[in-house]
This record gives sequence, structure tokens and C-alpha cells, in this order.
Amino acid sequence: MTGSVHAALVPHAAAIASLHATGIQDAAGLLLAFPLLGAAILLLGGKRTNSWGHLVGVAMPVLAFAYGLAAFVQMLGYPAAQRSRELILYQFINVGRFQIPMGLRLDQLSICFVLLITGVGSLIHIFAVGYMSHDPERRRFFGYMNLFLAAMLLLVLANNYLGLYAGWEGVGLASYLLIGFWQYKPAAAVAAKKAFIANRVGDAGLSLAIMLMFAQFGSVTFTGVFGAVHSASHGIVLAIGLLLLLGACGKSAQVPLQSWLLDAMEGPTPVSALIHAATMVTAGVYLIVRSAPIFDLSPGARLAVAIVGAVTLLWGAIIGCAKDDVKKALAGSTMSQIGYMMLAAGLGPAGYVFAIAHLLAHGFFKAGLFLGAGSVKHEMNDEVDMRRFGGLAIAMPITFVTFTLAYLAIIGVPPFSGFFTKDPIIDAAFAHGGTSGALLGTAALLGAGITAFYMTRVMLMTFFGERRWDENVHPHEAPPIMTAPMIVLAIGSVGAGGFLILANRLLNFLGPVTGVPPVLRGIWTPVGGASLGLVVVGAAIAWVLYGRREVPVTAPAGNLVTVAARKDLYGDAINEGLLMRPGQWLTRLSVYFDNRGVDGLVNTVAAAFGGSSGRMRKVQTGFVRSYALSMLVGAVLLVGTFLLVRL
Amino acid sequence: MVSPAHFIALAVILFVIGAVGVLVRRNAIVVFMCVELMLNACNLAFVAFARMHGALDGQVIAFFVMVVAAAEVVVGLAILTAIFRARRSASVDDANLMKY
Amino acid sequence: MTGTHPLILAGSAAETTRLVAYWILAVMSVAAAVCMVLARRAVHCAMLLAVVMLSLACYYAMLGAPFLAFVQIIVYTGAVLMLFLFVLMIVGISAADSIIETIRGQRMWAALAGIAMLVLLSLVVGNAVIGPAAPNSAKFSNGNVTALANLIFTRYLYPFEIISALLIVAAIGAMVLAHRERTTPKPTQRELAAHRIASGRPTPLPGPGTYAQHNGADMPALLPDGSQSELSVSPVLSGRAGETPRELPGATAVSPPPQQTAGSVAGPTSGGGQEAGEQ
Repeated sequence: MTGSVHAALVPHAAAIASLHATGIQDAAGLLLAFPLLGAAILLLGGKRTNSWGHLVGVAMPVLAFAYGLAAFVQMLGYPAAQRSRELILYQFINVGRFQIPMGLRLDQLSICFVLLITGVGSLIHIFAVGYMSHDPERRRFFGYMNLFLAAMLLLVLANNYLGLYAGWEGVGLASYLLIGFWQYKPAAAVAAKKAFIANRVGDAGLSLAIMLMFAQFGSVTFTGVFGAVHSASHGIVLAIGLLLLLGACGKSAQVPLQSWLLDAMEGPTPVSALIHAATMVTAGVYLIVRSAPIFDLSPGARLAVAIVGAVTLLWGAIIGCAKDDVKKALAGSTMSQIGYMMLAAGLGPAGYVFAIAHLLAHGFFKAGLFLGAGSVKHEMNDEVDMRRFGGLAIAMPITFVTFTLAYLAIIGVPPFSGFFTKDPIIDAAFAHGGTSGALLGTAALLGAGITAFYMTRVMLMTFFGERRWDENVHPHEAPPIMTAPMIVLAIGSVGAGGFLILANRLLNFLGPVTGVPPVLRGIWTPVGGASLGLVVVGAAIAWVLYGRREVPVTAPAGNLVTVAARKDLYGDAINEGLLMRPGQWLTRLSVYFDNRGVDGLVNTVAAAFGGSSGRMRKVQTGFVRSYALSMLVGAVLLVGTFLLVRL
Repeated sequence: MVSPAHFIALAVILFVIGAVGVLVRRNAIVVFMCVELMLNACNLAFVAFARMHGALDGQVIAFFVMVVAAAEVVVGLAILTAIFRARRSASVDDANLMKY
Repeated sequence: MTGTHPLILAGSAAETTRLVAYWILAVMSVAAAVCMVLARRAVHCAMLLAVVMLSLACYYAMLGAPFLAFVQIIVYTGAVLMLFLFVLMIVGISAADSIIETIRGQRMWAALAGIAMLVLLSLVVGNAVIGPAAPNSAKFSNGNVTALANLIFTRYLYPFEIISALLIVAAIGAMVLAHRERTTPKPTQRELAAHRIASGRPTPLPGPGTYAQHNGADMPALLPDGSQSELSVSPVLSGRAGETPRELPGATAVSPPPQQTAGSVAGPTSGGGQEAGEQ
């Protein structure tokens, strides 16, 4: 890698300037084309493709990964200042002043994501071939997964916010389809709907931000917006930043839009691994980091991001402590880790690189954890309650080893990944200074301890202790098609963090795009030591509670915090109380008003006409003499009027 | 001294009597006769006014009214006969099919 | 004025005569009109209407419209009213109006409307400027016909022509309306004769009984045993409402005659006499 720490250019200059893509990179449309083609073949081909569909489904991400690797190599060949390349696919909107070309931007940030998405994605696709081998709808599953890959790649590759939004919506759709993949299960359908709606709230924020951008700057491309953002007022920039944060909260399951993530575990485990651990939920972090020039101009928005991150990392950690469903515990962990990333992104250039580093490392070890959980679930006849696990270390050794490596990575034990990526975030939080820095740092530190606690709990309950299995459960190791990806991911869990942080590799690589931290401390800092200490304390408490004592098969009544955590810290209750019930009342009110008021009015008018006509028709007696009488009366009136007029 | 006003007054009285008769009688032919009474009252008024104005236009109109009344009586009584043949009743109240 | 028509009276004597004539005729015509409205039998109404029309003819003469006076008598009273009577005979005078009013409130409203009309029209008339009569001239007396003809055939030519057309149309219309379509072929003489013989009564019906005391076509004839023969009175006459069959002292009651059917004529009839005809 070329360049040193101080070779950083004016921050974000590279974010603004962009050269045209040449060579292999010019075919970057292939990155989208491969998965889209796969999705089209599998979804439009129908049942005919059932027998070989999964092969196509796996081949496409692998091909995309190969291309991404080639583009990455080509990028490394460029000098640091010229690594940002763009190419135009076609003119999306061409209406007078409103011009939006649909283009792709290959720069350091997007290539990181491309490699993560396609690489981890390919491994998870391979895992899914084995995991979903008994499912008759496996072809449709791969169709949706490829669709997701295409949308996610569009999200990270688009060179304008509208393309990003298109990818944003696409991954939301894919997430809905995949969470509710087993449509016949009511819980899955409800969870899919909940995820979609919560995402939609965030999407509203993102679309408002894009509209604001266009209204203010007249453009939605990155170069256009970032070039013009200096000229906007503080209020506008703050508004855009907060709206982008809202969008990110929806997609990344941050507070206050976090309630859908745990329910999303209803989907198949590969889905949880790919979408709700490694890639889709990190799209929010990508959005914040990509919009760095906007956030750098608004300290208020940045502080909001950091606070959201800090709150969420504690929220997710507390929830994860009380969940007995292994996937839900891991989901709480995901929520918490993304909180770390958001916290880092909210610290400005001091934290962007660490957010991405943690994101990449998290992709490895969280996917590894989820695949391990999936492997366990697959062998335990789809049981997910950890109270029915126990003693699986001997029955499933490969799973146990990969899971352990990922576990060590997540809790931040050196020399595994988490240590290298998480501690700089806590460090940067404290270095932020002031009361906010102290509070954020303390929250992050506490989060580290709680993470250790609940991950150790998961480990102990699943792999150690007494065998609390059901009668007809006979777990043995998963087939190689499932263990091979887990092994590869375990290698990543071990080495990714160190690889990225040591020798400032990622720093130098990403620096031109995100900016570099003003002060760089070394690996071993006092804060790092404190966090390590808390990790040990947390693990020890978990061992005392779950390792030494017997784990009861039925969940015991817990204390106040446990009960609250089991109910997702009343997240659902808050949503229902604040939004659902008023919404229902509003609906009922308007139905009532419509029935009584509007319909009543209309019906009353009709009834009035009917009633009055019913009465008036009695005038028609049919008797000629009555008619003659009315004629005479009319004549009398006429004469009277004539008299009145003439008198 | 008999002025045209007297005749007009008489015409008015006869007209009103005829109008009330149309309303009160049930036999169709009698109703017709009351209508004739009204027409005659109008004729009287016309002729009286003709005398008052000193022009014969009123008399011409009265003449025409008589002709038209004759034609009307012819046709009306023919209708009545036709109805009577069909329904065997000469009462106007029996033709009440236009009832609501 | 000199040279006036003998019928036109002049001078104050003429005025008084006029006044008296006016008032007598006025009272008579109003009374006749009121009685016409109130009479129960239609024929009485027709007669009373004739009284009104004739008095109007006198008024026309008084007002200097001799032509109209004669036309009123000849056409209106003589033709139109007689047409009324003819149709009355066809339609049947058996139906007399009952007193009971079938439509609720009709009489009250009719009276009210009538009074209102009277009041209003009087007001109209009272407010109108009705000047004195124009001075006598030829066109109101001798030259009335000539002057009328002058007007009709010059200024009122179009109405005249149109009214002629109207008359023709009315005549044709009446023919069409009163036409009776035969549904069966007209029976020939031979058929009629055969029918008559087959009916069991080949002889003509007996005529009504007229005696020195009574001269009515409604008087039934007496049979040898002293009972009345229903067949001798026309059913039109015997069907008059409210009419008890006229009896000779000592004769037995007559039951309502059948409608031209062959039935036994002789024999004492049973049952009391019923009211014949419809109410």
C-alpha cells in the first residue's frame, strides 16, 4: 500500500473529484448484471430451474466477487489521489433542469463494500446450498438472495443518492421477501411486514433528505452535492444530516426504529447471516460514512449520530442478555455492534475509518456466528431455544471451533479481530472530549463488558454443560458444504481486524475518501486495557451464572431488567402505544365519521328526497276534480298576484 | 242606468258559479255544462267591453269563442261517449287511474 | 236618437226599462246558474242552463249585439245544448249524482276558492276603469252584421280561416271517437229472423200502457191477470234511479226487468220491489 498517514489530501477532495473509469473497471456494470441475471433466471424460470437453480444462485456471487477482485487490483495500481472512478450506465432522468445519470462510482469505500458483499455473500450462498437442501423452494430462495445482492451492490456503487435510494428500496424488498420466505408461517409473514414498515419510516427520512438536496443544490450526485454543500445554511445541512440519520436508523435497526431486527430472525439463517448481520444492516453506516462531507459541516447532526449509536449499543446488548433464542441473541448483538459503528461514524473523521474497519471485521465474525448458529439449528431439528442445547462442543467440533473463534473476535480478545477494531472506537469516543465524549466513551466501554457477558452466555449454554436435548435429536457435524464457508469465515474473524488496522492499512487506503483521525494512538492504550478488563469481568460473571450452575430448561422468572429485556426493552410496547393505538383510533374515528357523518348525510339527503316525494305524491289523487280544484286555486293566486302588481 | 260595469259584475258571478260547479259535480256531462256556463260568462264580458269601447272587436271574439265552444263540446261529448261505452260509468271520479 | 232600430230603446224610459230588464234577467240567470250547480238530475241542469243562455241572449241584444243574440239562441242554445241532451240520453240518465262527497275537503276548498275568486275578480273589476257605454251607432244596431262581417273578413281573417279548419277537425274527430267498430259481421236479415224465431219470442214486445189518466211511456202495460208486464217499459226508462216503478192501484209490484232476455213473462213476481238502476 502506498502513502503514509500524512499523505492525506484535503479531506474529501477525492470525494468530490472523480475520474472516468477505464479498463476492467469500465465494465463495473457487470457487478450488477451478474446477480440480476441470476435472479431473473431463477425467478422467471420457475420450477423448471429447480434442479440446477442453486448452482446458478451460487455462481453469480462468485463471478461478481471475481470481478470485484479484479477491479480492486486495478485500483491498487492507481495512485491514491486517482482511485475514485466513475462511469455512467445510462441517463436515468432527463427532464429539463432535472438530470440524473445512473452511474457507478468505484472508489476505495465502495470497493471495500463490494468485496465484503460479494465475498461473504458467496460463502453464505454456498452454505445455503446445504442448509436449504431439504427445502423445496430452494430455487426461489436463491433468486431472492441474488436479487438482494444486486440491490445491495447498487446501493454501494451508485454515484448519486437516487441510485443509492433505488438500491436501498431494493434491499428492503429483498429483506421482506426473505424474512417472509416461509410464507405459510404467520409469524414470518408478520415479521416481514414489520421489517418493511419500520424500514419505510426510515426510507421516508432518506427520500426527504434527497428531496432537500435537490431543492437546495440542484443535484443528487455525490460530486454535485458534496461540492455545493458548503454554500448551504446550517439549518439545511443539519436537516439533511438528521434525515439521513433517520434513514440509516431504519435500515440499520438503530433506536428508535430497532424493533424489527429481532423479529427478522424468522427468516432462514443464511438470510439472517447475510442480510441482517453482514450487509444490509450496515447500509446505514455506509450512508453516514459516504455522506461525510455533509456531516462534517454539521456538528449537531454528528452528535445525534453518535448518541444514537451509543444508545443502541447498550440497548442491543441488554436485550441480547436475556434472549434464549440463539438467533435473537445474536440479533441483539448485531444491533449493538452496529451501534458501535454508528458511534464511530458520529465522531467524524476521527471515527469513519474505524467504523468501516469494524464493519468489515463484523461482517466476518457475525456471519460466522450466524452460520454456526444455523448449523446448530440444522442439526437440532430446527430448535433454537438455547435451553435445549448444551454439550454440543463434542457433537459438532468444527462448528464449535469456528464459533469459538468468532466469539473471541466479537468480544475483543487480542489478537482476534474485534480487539483491533473495537478499541479504537472506544478510544476515539473518549478522545472526543467534553462531557459528551466521556458519556459516549463510558457507554461504549460498558457495552464491551455486556457484550462479553452475553456472548459467553451463548457459548456456555450452547456448547458446554449438560446435554439438554429433546429425545429424537441426534446432532452430528454439519456436511462439508456447510462447514467449509464457516471455516473460511473463521479465518477472517481471526485475521481481518489485525490485517486492517495494523500498519494503518485501511487508514491509508480509505483516508482519501473519509479523512483521517487527527491523532492516532497505538494499539495498547489505557482505554484498551480498561475495555479488556471489563471483557474479562463480563465473561467471568457469565461463567459464574451459566457455566458453574445448571441451566434450567424452562426459563426462570427473572428480575426487572431481565423481564424488560425479554420484551425487547418494551420497544414493541412503545411502538404500539405511540403509533399503533392512535393510528387505530384514528382509523376507527374516521370510519365512524364516514359511516355516521358522511354516509349519514348522504343517506339523510336521499331519505329526505324519498320521504318528501312519498308525501308529495299523495297530491296525485287521480281525481279530475282535485286537479280542477288546484287549477282554480292557482288561477286565484294568479289573479291575486296580478292585483298586487297592478294596485 | 245600466252601465257595462253591471254586465261585467254579472259575468264575474256567473263565471265563479260555473267554476265551483266544475269542482263539485260528479256527472261528466254536468261538468261540461258548467264549463259552458263559464264560457258564456266570458262571452258576456267580451260583448260588454265591446260596447264600452265602441268597437266590434269584442263581439268578433265572442263569436269566435262560441264557435270554438261548439267544436269543443262536440269533441268532448264524443270522448265522453267513448268512455261511457268502455266503462259504463259517466262519473268523473271513476277515471282515477292516474292515482299515485 | 232617431232612426234607431226598434229593438234599441232610447231615452230615460228606455233606461228604466233597461234597468228593470237587467235586474230581472240577472236574478233569473244567477238563480238558474246556482240551481244548475245544485240540481241532482242532469236533465234539470240542462234545462236550467238553457235558461241562462237565453237570458244571455237578451243581454246581448241589450248591449247592441243583435247578431250575437240570435247566434246565441240558434247555435248555442239550440244546437250545443241539444247536443248535450242527446248525449245525456245516450249515456243514460239513470245515474243521479249522490249528495255525498267522496273527496275529503273538496266542497270546503271549492267554496273557499270560489269565494276567493269572486272577491279577487270583483276587486279587479272594481279597479278597472269601466267607462260608460259608447254612444249608439249603426254598428250596434242596424249595421251590426255588416260591421261584423267587415271585421271578420279583413282584420280577423286568419283566425276565421283557422277556426273553420278547427270545426272540420272537430267534426271528423267526433266521428272517429264515436265510431263503433264491428267485431262481428253485421247480421243479415235472415240471421236476425232466424234468431228471433229461435229465441222463443217471435212477436214484438208489448208497448207501454197508456190510459186516459196517464200519458207516459214509462207506464207499464197490464197483463190479463192484472199484473204489470216488465217487457212493456223500455229499460232505459225503468232504470231511472230513485224511481219506484209506477203502479196502478191494485197492481202487484214489478221486479226489475231482465235485459232483453227470453224469460217468462207471466206469473206473479216475488220479492219486494227493488230500487232499479244504479245509485
